[in-house]
Amino acid sequence: MTISVLTFGIARQITGGTVVLPHTDVPNAASLLQLMKEKYPALANLRSLAVAVNGQYADAATSIQPGDEVALIPPVSGG
Amino acid sequence: MVTDIQIWNKPLDVATCAGLVISPDSGGTDMFVGTVRNATKGRVVLRLEFEAYETMALSEMQKLAAAAAGLWPLHAVLMHHRVGVLLPGEIAVIIAVSAAHRDAAFAACRYLIDTLKETVPIWKKEVFADGEEWVSAHP
Repeated sequence: MTISVLTFGIARQITGGTVVLPHTDVPNAASLLQLMKEKYPALANLRSLAVAVNGQYADAATSIQPGDEVALIPPVSGG
Repeated sequence: MVTDIQIWNKPLDVATCAGLVISPDSGGTDMFVGTVRNATKGRVVLRLEFEAYETMALSEMQKLAAAAAGLWPLHAVLMHHRVGVLLPGEIAVIIAVSAAHRDAAFAACRYLIDTLKETVPIWKKEVFADGEEWVSAHP
């Protein structure tokens, strides 16, 4: 089972696009953030980095299940 | 309350948006129009490139509209945001709020644009003559 992580803005630029990870490595939002920052150290330099699961901001403990829509949210700058 | 929340990849129109929120039961309508500035900290801006996590951006804007309606008595909330490549002077966002009285409309309009900038997953890259930068990405 894998999880596809959608990326946007500067996070997309850093990762080069959607990142596919084994689900066992990213069972929750905290582990996803940690793994992504290890794989792509430039992510750790951002002002903030959040995770969204199924279109909702996740907190560290939010679990990730196969089939969930998962996204990395770098600092937003709309308006 | 009426809400009209949209993301467009074509030009936004002030008159259209005003027409969507002005109503006979409203005594006041406030509108914020965010446009592309031609310079940032002395650097000439050639264009802005906006992108959105569209489904989530729409749902986050719906949440903001609902929150505003809980804070003030409003008749209509409109939030239209642009994506794609925008040139200086073009409209990036329109927020419009109508209410029976102006205090609610002013306060809600400011709340909506301020909170949009903090929570709605939309990003812009400033492209300068001498480089480019994702806005607010770094401390």
